[in-house]
Amino acid sequence: MVTTPNAKRQNLSRHSPAEAGRRRTRNADIWSWLEEIMDPEIPVLSICDLGIVRDVHWDGAEAVVTITPTYSGCPAMAVITDEIRASLQKRGIARFRIETQLSPAWTTDWLSEKGRERLREYGIAPPRPKSSGPIACPHCGSPSTHLVSQFGSTACKAIYVCDSCREPFDYFKCH
Amino acid sequence: MSQNGAQFFEYVLRLGDNDLILSQRLAEWCGHGPVLEEDLAQTNVALDLLGQAQLWLEYAGKIEDKGRDADQLAFLRDTHDFRNLLLVEQENSDYAHTIARQFYFDAWHFLLLQALQSSSDQGVREISEKSLKEVRYHLDRSSGWVIRLGDGIEESHARMERAIHALWLFTGEMFEMDAVDIEMKERQIGCDLRALRDPWLNQVSKTLEEATLKVPADCWMQRGGKRGIHSERLGYILAEMQFLQRAYPGAQW
Repeated sequence: MVTTPNAKRQNLSRHSPAEAGRRRTRNADIWSWLEEIMDPEIPVLSICDLGIVRDVHWDGAEAVVTITPTYSGCPAMAVITDEIRASLQKRGIARFRIETQLSPAWTTDWLSEKGRERLREYGIAPPRPKSSGPIACPHCGSPSTHLVSQFGSTACKAIYVCDSCREPFDYFKCH
Repeated sequence: MSQNGAQFFEYVLRLGDNDLILSQRLAEWCGHGPVLEEDLAQTNVALDLLGQAQLWLEYAGKIEDKGRDADQLAFLRDTHDFRNLLLVEQENSDYAHTIARQFYFDAWHFLLLQALQSSSDQGVREISEKSLKEVRYHLDRSSGWVIRLGDGIEESHARMERAIHALWLFTGEMFEMDAVDIEMKERQIGCDLRALRDPWLNQVSKTLEEATLKVPADCWMQRGGKRGIHSERLGYILAEMQFLQRAYPGAQW
């Protein structure tokens, strides 16, 4: 199920240089289409920003998109899979498959810089390791905040309250 | 299915059924939590466990190789075919019982998943690795509540004390090694459950002590869940969980 970089290179080298070039372009196209698919529960983050899309490659004439779940029970995964399917079909990709990969397990380290910034603008404090200081309030920026519950409106978020502006906020917890 | 496959299927089924039944129990709290945050937390944990159950049961279906998927295993088996520990089917009762059940299970679940990271089987390793990250949060939360309620007011202390004693007799089964466990350990797919007992007891004792609660004394331990011998409570859980498939066989979303 897991494709190693070596295997990918071999895949490409089976084709003529022109064909390999076309495939690379198509890979980039697919990545850009996937970039337009937003997480249904955090609609400012694309599935690429979230690190859900792990790989795009071609297996002969078939496109293979590899995704990984954030949390094992995340109900958004079914919606995301449907949206990937719809997006590829809309662009005329006739043959493709979507594979799920569990290992390495998803981590918030894979969140893109752009994704972190968008979270903050949206009012969700982006993940950061405990050792790097307090969680700052995404509304007023104050570092004086406290945890209310490790479990928030979705599996990936905890509930915090700001001691300065008194606003509650979601924290995208480290995973 | 070969004899080897049958034992492996049984082993993975146990892992999946523990998650599934506890998840169903926790979901009963949905809309009834004592405070909103706990309502959310309880159902978040239920959702994690449901996701993990789905991974294990899907995998069990592959090992069995008879075309059964996770849904079929969850919805089309009767009580005697379930392999969960008796602990997880115990009633929610008051919040102290729900928390005590969760705490005993989380502390064990964490150690188990940690041990299964070195399984010789790739599927077992991958599902354990994924689950362990979630279970770390579960254990944090249930330990925190044992301490808050135990070291709380007189009433919460008394209830927590009752709960940890009432459920103690269901903890022995977690460390029991039967023929399936022994074979899985020999093939290095599974782990030595008996070896988890000491670290589990250490963790439990440490938390109970902080919660000003006494560690229950050794007593006779109830067992049978792993072999499909359940209390009547499981029947009620399944009647609710499987209602739709029983009433409308083959129904799909």
